Amino acid sequence: MTEPQDSEHVVQASESIVIFGATSAVGQEVARIHAQRGDHLILLARNKAALETVRNDLLARGARSANAVQADLADTGTHNALHERIHSIDKKPARYYVFYGVLPDQKACEQTSEVAVSALHTNFNSVVSLLTPIVQQMEQQGSGELVAVSSVAGDRGRQSNYTYGAAKGGLSLWMQGVRNRLSDAGCTVLNVKPGFIDTPMTADIEKGGPLWAQPADVAHDIVKAADKGKSEIYTPWFWRVIMLIIKSIPEFIFKKLKL
Amino acid sequence: MSAYRSWAYRPAQRQAAVRPTWREASLPSSQPILPFGNGRSYGDSCLNSAGVLIDSRSLDHVIEFNRETGRIRCESGLLLDALHRITLPAGWFVPVTPGTSYVTLGGALANDVHGKNHHRDGCFGNHVCAFELCRSDGSRIVCSPSSNELLFSATIGGLGLTGFVSWVEIQLLSVESSTMDVNTSVFYGLEEFMALSAQSHDSHQYSVAWLDCVSSGKNFGRGIFIQANHSSQHVPVAERPASSGLPVPVDFPGWALNSVTVKAFNELYFHKHRLMSLGDSIQDFRSYFYPLDSLQHWNRIYGSGGFYQYQFVVPTVNTEALTEILNRIVDSGQGSFLAVLKQFGAVRSPGLMSFPMEGPCLALDFPNKGRKTLQLMDELDAIVTAAHGCVYPAKDNRMSAAAFKQYFPQVDEFVHHIDPAFSSDFWRRVSD
Ligand SMILES: Cc1cc2nc3c(=O)[nH]c(=O)nc-3n(C[C@H](O)[C@H](O)[C@H](O)COP(=O)(O)OP(=O)(O)OC[C@H]3O[C@@H](n4cnc5c(N)ncnc54)[C@H](O)[C@@H]3O)c2cc1C
Ligand SMILES: NC(=O)c1ccc[n+]([C@@H]2O[C@H](COP(=O)([O-])OP(=O)(O)OC[C@H]3O[C@@H](n4cnc5c(N)ncnc54)[C@H](OP(=O)(O)O)[C@@H]3O)[C@@H](O)[C@H]2O)c1
Repeated sequence: MTEPQDSEHVVQASESIVIFGATSAVGQEVARIHAQRGDHLILLARNKAALETVRNDLLARGARSANAVQADLADTGTHNALHERIHSIDKKPARYYVFYGVLPDQKACEQTSEVAVSALHTNFNSVVSLLTPIVQQMEQQGSGELVAVSSVAGDRGRQSNYTYGAAKGGLSLWMQGVRNRLSDAGCTVLNVKPGFIDTPMTADIEKGGPLWAQPADVAHDIVKAADKGKSEIYTPWFWRVIMLIIKSIPEFIFKKLKL
Repeated sequence: MSAYRSWAYRPAQRQAAVRPTWREASLPSSQPILPFGNGRSYGDSCLNSAGVLIDSRSLDHVIEFNRETGRIRCESGLLLDALHRITLPAGWFVPVTPGTSYVTLGGALANDVHGKNHHRDGCFGNHVCAFELCRSDGSRIVCSPSSNELLFSATIGGLGLTGFVSWVEIQLLSVESSTMDVNTSVFYGLEEFMALSAQSHDSHQYSVAWLDCVSSGKNFGRGIFIQANHSSQHVPVAERPASSGLPVPVDFPGWALNSVTVKAFNELYFHKHRLMSLGDSIQDFRSYFYPLDSLQHWNRIYGSGGFYQYQFVVPTVNTEALTEILNRIVDSGQGSFLAVLKQFGAVRSPGLMSFPMEGPCLALDFPNKGRKTLQLMDELDAIVTAAHGCVYPAKDNRMSAAAFKQYFPQVDEFVHHIDPAFSSDFWRRVSD
């Protein structure tokens, strides 16, 4: 891990918003909504110049403060230090968002197990590593809001991207378990399942048509659901219907589909 | 990658594009290159069939905003709509805005756009303090009125051909509220319009007219004159969410817009204003500046055949050319319902290739009726050329190389500043 950057702000009350993957397209749009509300932001991402760009943007858009912490979030060895760092800025952040993730090339995953394992590690293991102490803290203090971005790809395994889907499916189940565990603790545990979003992650995919959503619209859905204390959303909403149909296709038919 | 098009024009060929996420990114290696803003130009000046577009829309970060002085430095892909959401709560407004808020800062700069305050405040370029220009040789040049002046001047109104602008710094306008004091009146004939414009020059920061381009006889040249100032009264209006606006979901069938419906619309529009909204009113800035933005993709009402927009200006001394053109349009029966008339002022833009000049400027739509529409516009070109006027490249996808050279004799100087790796469909056509 590189040394944490810029700690010009120590937040008093538990009102800051922690964003893991703050330079992701969706994460930036969510952060902008919070900036406009005048919230305190704690931003984590690995690309230093990008993180600085995002931080300045959020300050100009009204964030009360924005602390930037540069880190490779897949590097689980640094997670303890990261938690201490967040803790030194705000002892009880109000909300945590997880946006970082990778979309591996499925064909490469089939040929080289290291590629598949690395994607599983970033999208699932490292998230569990990062969130475990946070969930513990939320349970102890009886408050806090946790939002993680999974995917519709985690609802059913398809040949075109089941490695990514497996990690996201795992994340959805893990979040469900956490929600169950914290149900009496007064916490929000929101799992987000977006469909296709027009972001750098999907830059190489041919786009167009009504199924492609813009990051700002997805962000709007996410923040609204978190504010309401929802448990799980599909965004845009129609993916709930699409996935209901996809999930209801009997396996003996589904396995023959080229999806 | 998505299907790139301009506002009134769907290119025959699919446009290749890259979409940088951060402004540090280097330019694409395949050439020719053309920056793409938000495709709100009507013609082919934002398209590049032979090469690759740099889609700037992810470069939408604010770099620095000084709430005390109203100076703001932003990446070039930020839309004016987004800018206002950031600056208006602090009492700052864009100094010059076109009739839609869905344009990027880079696009506003590269067409040196004008607004309803041209008679007072000039063009967008008059308010640009500095920008960074990324050239294909890898250099990044900060241009301002006092450094790299020639590139500064060539890039403002430079149609994206001098390089990629990564950020723009502008001086915003201080306003007391987000509402407008609006005054509406009717006029009959161009003389009355000119008189109203002259009267309005000192009293109102903004003025524009809607002109009836289909009626002849006693109604020839009638219109609605709308003048406005920023209001000091704050009237709360419901905030429109960022991505709202009623979408026009599909292309309308071609018959939906014919001479009967257009005539009816003109009749209705004129009398609605004559009867209901004459005099003074207070309006939200969005409904005043961007009446069409509430109908997303309104370009689709022209159907799959699409439409042309023709916008020209003639020097004040040759105002009779405007009457000649209006006559020609009325006779042709091809005029549509969106005709906007504005008296440009004398403020000179720093932009070398800037379109505005002092005189009346008319913009109107022609539904695409094939050859006869093209023929009509060629005839109009002849009148504008003879009157030493100019046609706006931002709205064009058909002017000839010869016409372009007449409109922009300064192109001989401009070509020295073009980046050799940059080109556009528009440029290939007019530089033939
Ligand atoms: C409803 C409507 C009303 C309008 N009203 C007006 C008006 O009142 N006044 C007026 O002047 N115009 C008006 N226009 C036209 C519009 O303002 C201009 O065409 C504007 O330039 C479009 O901006 P854009 O961001 O969509 O850029 P695009 O149309 O995508 O591109 C325009 C030009 O800018 C260049 N460009 C874009 N980004 C960059 C960059 N980062 N660096 C360098 N070059 C760049 C492109 O190469 C291209 O040449 C109107 C358009 C519409 C649809
Ligand atoms: N786009 C879609 O269609 C879609 C659909 C469903 C779900 N999602 C999910 O939505 C979330 C946001 O993605 P997005 O669409 O906004 O794409 P994005 O802009 O590409 O964001 C992904 C982010 O993850 C970061 N990241 C990857 N590995 C990291 C690591 N080891 N350490 C720190 N940061 C790391 C990337 O940082 P760098 O820039 O430094 O690489 C990037 O900022 C992801 O979880 C994604 O899986 C996306």
